[in-house]
Amino acid sequence: MKGYLIRRTIGAIIVMWAVATLVFFMLRMVPGDPFLAMMRDVGDPAMVAQMRRDFGFDQPTYVQYFKYLAQIAKGNLGTSIYGSRVEVARIVGEAFPRTISLALLSFFLALVIAVPAGLISALRKHSVLDHTVTLFAFLGLSMPDFWLAILLIIAFAAGLHWLPAVGYAPLSRGFWPWFSHLILPSIAIGTPFAAIIARMIRSSMLEVLKTDFMRVADSKGLPARRLIVVHAFPNALIPVVTVMGIAFALLMAGTVVVENVFAIKGLGRVLILGILNRDYPVVQGAILVVSAIFVFSNLLVDVAYTMIDPRIRYD
Amino acid sequence: MAGTEALAVAADDDDALPSRRGLRLRYFLRDKKAVAGLVILSALTLAAILAPLVAPYDPNGMDFAMIGAPSLDHWLGTDDLGRDLFSRLIYGARISLFVGVSTVGVALIIGVALGIAAGYYGGWLDTVIMRYIDLQWAFPNFIIAVYLVAVFGTGLSNVIVAISLAFVDDFARIARGMVLTIREEQYIAAARTIGASDLRIMARHILPNAMAPIIVQATVSVSYAILAEAGLSFLGLGVESATPTWGLILADARSFISRAWWLGVFPGLFIMLTVLSINFLGDALRDILDVREVKEAH
Repeated sequence: MKGYLIRRTIGAIIVMWAVATLVFFMLRMVPGDPFLAMMRDVGDPAMVAQMRRDFGFDQPTYVQYFKYLAQIAKGNLGTSIYGSRVEVARIVGEAFPRTISLALLSFFLALVIAVPAGLISALRKHSVLDHTVTLFAFLGLSMPDFWLAILLIIAFAAGLHWLPAVGYAPLSRGFWPWFSHLILPSIAIGTPFAAIIARMIRSSMLEVLKTDFMRVADSKGLPARRLIVVHAFPNALIPVVTVMGIAFALLMAGTVVVENVFAIKGLGRVLILGILNRDYPVVQGAILVVSAIFVFSNLLVDVAYTMIDPRIRYD
Repeated sequence: MAGTEALAVAADDDDALPSRRGLRLRYFLRDKKAVAGLVILSALTLAAILAPLVAPYDPNGMDFAMIGAPSLDHWLGTDDLGRDLFSRLIYGARISLFVGVSTVGVALIIGVALGIAAGYYGGWLDTVIMRYIDLQWAFPNFIIAVYLVAVFGTGLSNVIVAISLAFVDDFARIARGMVLTIREEQYIAAARTIGASDLRIMARHILPNAMAPIIVQATVSVSYAILAEAGLSFLGLGVESATPTWGLILADARSFISRAWWLGVFPGLFIMLTVLSINFLGDALRDILDVREVKEAH
């Protein structure tokens, strides 16, 4: 187990290095100097030259590359070139808790809905409830998250005035302000995730219910509740965890988009604004941090999987 | 759902049953969701091609009837500049469908070529190609597309390049997986014995036998590519703002949704119906082409 953990962690670090390297070289491979493109609005060659020096662009590419890696390793992501020169690490640092709050809340909301929905759907196969769950799962998977976000704003913010339409409040300002700002975006983000998990739980439960050990447990005369809670459900979870990685990645992608609808300045908003403003140190920093979240959550899912299923060997 | 048992028998023999195509068609027609999907998609495609004839108004023509609710004159209402929403959505279908199909086409060609080369030659080529594909695989396609737009810049052509490249990994993985099994077949050895070149073996013997899962993947990918284009346009990373695209219409609607629900509802409905239709078709194709895998009754 220890060896497996170490190997997977090294693998994750290599992926991050590859992402950092690709981002670095691709931004420099683009036809035309990205710097010049960004400075086109300024139109002052002396200022552009000064900026190139400030950002080390007058040095050979390989020198820039190693300096860049060294800076990243130290947690220094450079400074924004759009507007005031704020440190990218600070911008990203402020955005990070928002994105994580949003992702985790979406994750739990989705599970709270998906697990019972999937279970009921499997236990009451072909019932009205089952068909309803299947229909909602289909819709949830085909609905663009940004559209769902807009529908939620139309209904609950613009129509009923129950919840704020945009913005974010940190948890330090109290639970309700934080929660009321995040609930609509979380539903928008969590819905496709819930759809995947509910369908997965349904089919995986149906598989488990057909197994011999379930028949044995049933013929022993165990009560239905015990059958499901102790015997069926834990075994049905194993395949669910395998799709969890993919599902969580989708959830993160949803966060990047939906933050923009609700004007929550998380990593997704920072990334998109960076692209629109051609603020490329910010883009670079945001890509690195967003990628790190993906890689880290994948790692977590893999580790969770090996812990849940004792049959898996760590070699 | 019944009807799979007859197909399972037909699966092994290509020529013995002349009605195999007929069986597939009959099986397809029995799938109501797939037929509904096909009807919706055909109607939409036709409307997109014939947009100048179908759309009741010029998509960019303005009118004094600003932010008008759906009515007999304007079926789906008008936007803040008095433009007819229905006409704009019909013209928007052109871009969405075009981007969806063209990006998947490019992704398929690049991905399948990479996957077949990696699987067929193995060795260092396989390692190099698959290391990259695995790296891309670690991220959702949409995020890769956003990263690529960050590099290439915004605009329709850049969005097409970005989405195309973002979907390459799916095809490369499937193609490689298929090659690894097909490579060991007798007929490949036979082709090699009679002196067929590598290129000929890959193009004439491996590719046709690897097509079924690739076709299914391509169908599903079109729906994701349409979603990706809509998402990028919605975020302002897509086409220039004069062009009506579904994502952009929805993004523009954001400032008015408190007064004009139709601007927020209909563009998304078009996107969802399209995606849903393609997914239904994809599910049907999966059942029909992958006949050995008997469909789970549900």
